[in-house]
Amino acid sequence: MPKTLYDKLWENHVVRTEADGTALLYIDRHLVHEVTSPQAFEGLKLAGRKPWRVSSIVATADHNTPTDHWERGIEDPVSRQQVETLDANIHEVGALAFFPFKDARQGIIHVIGPENGAILPGMTVVCGDSHTSTHGAFACLAHGIGTSEVEHVLATQCLLQKKMKAMQIKVEGKVGAGVTAKDIVLAIIGKIGTAGGTGHAVEFAGSAIRALSLEGRMTVCNMAIEAGARVGFVAVDDTTIDYLKGRAFAPTGEEWARAVTYWRTLVSDPHASFDTVVELDAATIQPQVTWGTSPEMVVAVGGSVPAPEDFADPVKREGIVRALEYMGLVARTPIKEIRVDQVFIGSCTNSRIEDLRAAAAVVAAAKGRGKAASVKRVLVVPGSGLVKRQAEAEGLDQIFLSAGFEWREPGCSMCLAMNADRLEPGERCASTSNRNFEGRQGAGGRTHLVSPAMAAAAAIAGHFTDVRELV
Amino acid sequence: MRAFTPFDGLVAPLDRANVDTDAIIPKQFLKSIKRAGFGPNAFDEWRYLDRGEPGQDCSRRPINADFVLNQPRYQGASILLTRDNFGCGSSREHAPWALEDYGFRALVGTSFADIFFNNSFKNGLLPIRLPTAAVDELFAQVAATSGYRLKIDLAAQTVTRPDGTVLSFDVDPFRKECLLNGWDDIGLTLRHADEIRAFEAKRQIEQPWLFSKVA
Repeated sequence: MPKTLYDKLWENHVVRTEADGTALLYIDRHLVHEVTSPQAFEGLKLAGRKPWRVSSIVATADHNTPTDHWERGIEDPVSRQQVETLDANIHEVGALAFFPFKDARQGIIHVIGPENGAILPGMTVVCGDSHTSTHGAFACLAHGIGTSEVEHVLATQCLLQKKMKAMQIKVEGKVGAGVTAKDIVLAIIGKIGTAGGTGHAVEFAGSAIRALSLEGRMTVCNMAIEAGARVGFVAVDDTTIDYLKGRAFAPTGEEWARAVTYWRTLVSDPHASFDTVVELDAATIQPQVTWGTSPEMVVAVGGSVPAPEDFADPVKREGIVRALEYMGLVARTPIKEIRVDQVFIGSCTNSRIEDLRAAAAVVAAAKGRGKAASVKRVLVVPGSGLVKRQAEAEGLDQIFLSAGFEWREPGCSMCLAMNADRLEPGERCASTSNRNFEGRQGAGGRTHLVSPAMAAAAAIAGHFTDVRELV
Repeated sequence: MRAFTPFDGLVAPLDRANVDTDAIIPKQFLKSIKRAGFGPNAFDEWRYLDRGEPGQDCSRRPINADFVLNQPRYQGASILLTRDNFGCGSSREHAPWALEDYGFRALVGTSFADIFFNNSFKNGLLPIRLPTAAVDELFAQVAATSGYRLKIDLAAQTVTRPDGTVLSFDVDPFRKECLLNGWDDIGLTLRHADEIRAFEAKRQIEQPWLFSKVA
């Protein structure tokens, strides 16, 4: 019987299966950050257990770390204690790689893993972080897990998991100029909703997905969780192999050749069947902007904010009323008339070098116009120290700085505002991150999710604007 | 984890869809390195009028009287009635920790996000999925009846309404067993340590590139 990529990844990791289908899945890579691991390490110690295989661990501090004035250290004592707890735990147990605060290779966990070649096709990857789905871009089975599961993986190198249903999301055709991976995934979420993928493992397929770079695929897989799917992935092809060659932890020599032969099998067989298939026409996808407090509340930049009466379901209608109120928006307002107070370019969704290049290209095309006077702050936060240095080598930092943007140190920053970077109540932000929930970027803050190019365009115009008219 | 026994509890309704884990426990409280004590900050931004920060004495903070859990009739609730996609978003286990610490033992709704659903079972918090019509009816009855209670029996997989109507629910046999017995699943998994070791040894031969050594 033809197999889906999910079948292959699943079967390759099952250690044993219980009568009800609950399986023990062997875990190849365990990514660790400071927020969701302290209680797991503590639990392990209290039970007198040792980590099963520390060479599976890649760790960094990213959520609490400041993005400026690193010479001052971490000023918030509670944040500092959490970061120091990670330092202590990793120093005690060990790891394949640890990039602590201020390390040259420190950064967002979902950026540093791939860029160092620590994520390889066919791996099971876990992290106490829902955006672990990012690594599906390498044809990995990558699960976001809770802290109890972090402890379980530390202790047993396995995850208890039942096989999910298989969904294929096919995006066929060519996207227009100015339409990016972020727009594709926001359009998918708009179509299937934030619970559309619940209980499913999603394979992103079709010519528009294959045409994406590996970084673009990471952006799409990253937001599988915003479509309700705990895991999302893309089959292996030349783009995957080319990305990995020469990276720090990627195999070399004869082992590389052997690995590539295996990796090439990590595709769904022709005629493999899926429980659910969703199709999108790439040519119809426009630059997207979320208007509400759930990623599914999204429209094309040329559209308007919807009205409650557009929806028949009373629970949904009530949700729209609440979102309009929280966001301080009036129904039917054209998206392009919405003004922003801040702009955030960063996060595990959009902080890689291609994202920064796309944003810088928009700034460069605006020919010296720079940040609109009405915009209080534009934060550009690279995903890692390596991304930062690459951007500086290309002169992107100078483009941002001369436009009045701030060029920061790497970290999660204002995606979730655990550090000092946050919105004030009522402030409105064009953000390249992944969640527009109430309070996500700071209590009372209002988030609109967009691509890096659209964020840069909003920074210059002072309101949302169609980036295709700027470049 | 304590064993899950049958109980009869007061129901509080949270009538909105897509309640995310950022709403259940905002990020600033995730800086704690402990598992306990998140209850006073459950639904912090909806529950209080001021800005919540770690280490506050929550009993002295201004309360948002409009928020449903602050209404006198729902004090002491141990069952939360919810809508679609409850617990979506971040994987933070602090969300079930906060709900459990608040006093909830079960959640009754139409659907739960995958990671949250999973995390709840690990913390003795039972998420129960019922059909939309049944949940709609429960919302109507809770609104109409002060002191509305439900009986929940995991072994029998039933929710019993005050009028005697019994609603059955599905639960994975493995999860049910763990919750009923309060089992530590790490201990269970480690009983298969030999199988894991054998699997790992085979894997090391077949895909050696997965086993880079610590430098």
